[in-house]
Amino acid sequence: MTEHENGAPAQSTDLAHASSSGALTTRGALPERFENPGLPPHVYRAADVEPQAAKHAERQVATLFALSMVATLVFLVTYFAIPEESTFFFPGVGTINTLHVALGLSMGFSLFLIGIGAVHWAKTLMPDHEIVEERHLQRSTDEQRASAVNVVVEGGRSAQLDRRPLLKYTLGGALGLFALPFAFQLVGSLGPVTVGELKETIWDPEENDGKPIRLMRDPEMTPIKLSDVTQGSVFHVMPETLQKYLDEGRHVLEAKAKAAVILIRIDPDLIKVKKAKDWSVDGVVAYSKICTHVGCAVGLYEQTTHHLLCPCHQSTFDLTHDCAVIFGPAKRPLPQLKITVDDAGYLVAPEGFHEPVGPSFWERAR
Amino acid sequence: MKALAARRRHPAAIALLILVGLLVTGGAYSFAAPKDANASAAAADTVAQGKTLFLANCASCHGTGAQGTNEGPSLYGVGAAAVDFQMSTGRMPMTSPNVQAPAQQDIKFTSDQIAAIAAFVASLAPGPAVPDQQYTTVIEPGTQENNEAIARGGEIFRVNCAMCHNFAGAGGALTRGKYAPPLQGIDPVHIYEAMVTGPQSMPVFSDTNIKPASKQQLISYLHAIENRPEQGGMTLGNLGPVSEGLFAWTFGIGILIGCAIWLGKKAA
Repeated sequence: MTEHENGAPAQSTDLAHASSSGALTTRGALPERFENPGLPPHVYRAADVEPQAAKHAERQVATLFALSMVATLVFLVTYFAIPEESTFFFPGVGTINTLHVALGLSMGFSLFLIGIGAVHWAKTLMPDHEIVEERHLQRSTDEQRASAVNVVVEGGRSAQLDRRPLLKYTLGGALGLFALPFAFQLVGSLGPVTVGELKETIWDPEENDGKPIRLMRDPEMTPIKLSDVTQGSVFHVMPETLQKYLDEGRHVLEAKAKAAVILIRIDPDLIKVKKAKDWSVDGVVAYSKICTHVGCAVGLYEQTTHHLLCPCHQSTFDLTHDCAVIFGPAKRPLPQLKITVDDAGYLVAPEGFHEPVGPSFWERAR
Repeated sequence: MKALAARRRHPAAIALLILVGLLVTGGAYSFAAPKDANASAAAADTVAQGKTLFLANCASCHGTGAQGTNEGPSLYGVGAAAVDFQMSTGRMPMTSPNVQAPAQQDIKFTSDQIAAIAAFVASLAPGPAVPDQQYTTVIEPGTQENNEAIARGGEIFRVNCAMCHNFAGAGGALTRGKYAPPLQGIDPVHIYEAMVTGPQSMPVFSDTNIKPASKQQLISYLHAIENRPEQGGMTLGNLGPVSEGLFAWTFGIGILIGCAIWLGKKAA
């Protein structure tokens, strides 16, 4: 404390000198040191001086706590008293569940009233005298620092670390190696080491023993005839091979997430890209529904403009130009799925996707 | 000829003459009039009335033969369903050129007039008809069977419709000022018609894609979610993070700031 009081004026003098040598000196003589105005005079509260007011504040706090107790009791009673399916109409909100509203409000009030009771108590009755606590120096004295170092060095010497280096290195090795499991978990959880899965979909003919895969309606899983796809129609499509996953009930979402396809019929003359036309049947085109930006489902098709819009970041794909990106953050067109018609008149995909669907990843080009 | 003339006063002649006259008249009548004479005459009248209404109200944009102009598309093959949807929801006639025709409360035509125009447009080329009442009747929740049908409708809705019309049918934005309208409080017939005709930006969901029975389930699902009690309280328009975030930032943080100011205020 004494040290600090000695140091503080010296610092302030330095500051005053610095400022007096600055631009402000032109305004005339500045005082050597500003007076510390100190704390404003303490104002006593009503409850500090009048016992009547203190009694009043006590009653207010007690009332708040009592109300909190009532709210908690209401919670306990309503939990059992109100049937789960009971509802009531509240203007401006609609029909709402009585139990949920009662439980939420009573629990909210029981906590809130404890809080404001405590704050009101602190503000009216607890001591409110201003206290100044000076900040002490962070740095220890040189002697203390030297003795602390000495303790460590002496400890090492008495444990014979300097005389037996074998112990030192094996301990270091054991502790260092122990960090590896943590590092492994961290690196391992960044993603699969093999990225083959990202390049495969269940549209690959290998999933169907090399046979072309039928296009199925999602979620009905019924095959689609070419004649079903009327002009301007949109079908949300899953491959026939998904049925296997649905039956087994395993990895359904992983399979679905990459396989989602949108099937649209437009005027064949509108398709401007030869590849897109070659891979279509009578103006019926199939494209991956997974956005090449971050993989949202691009499902918003505008029949008048032939634009496909992604709802997440407004990437817009032009169906007439092989789903080229015309707006938004996506960088690649949606991959097209080549379709033909089988002998029974159903739409099939003979080849699967020719490129990985969905967003980019490091190993995509390799 | 002389022999015939000689027998013209024969007692049987008058009876024979009446018989021939009746046969000729009856035969001629049966030839001239088809069996459903009245119905056809009325239908022809309706189409004619529809054509008159069409020429007066629609032809300026859609062309005098409904062949389409720069201002409006051709109406060949759109069917009676399209006319009924567009006019009964107040979208047509459009009040002013815009990116999208908005639904309006003020319907300018009676249902008979709309039916007449629909009949005229349907007479130009085959197209989807106004749907059968069988499939636009809402399935009410209650029994196990009905609940399953409604849940199935919800599944179809989420795959085919929710990306534009929002998970709760609250509608959503498209590009350049276009939007998918909300589906709350819409007549089941109009929802059905919109699916089969694909009005404006909306694609077509024909009966070969989503079967009529599935469409009925879908419509029932929309009806059911509209009438279910809100378990979570205020839905804030079912618009998801936008309205919920706005509410939390204004009211939630507002209350927190109020509490912080009260906590920091000196008691005396």
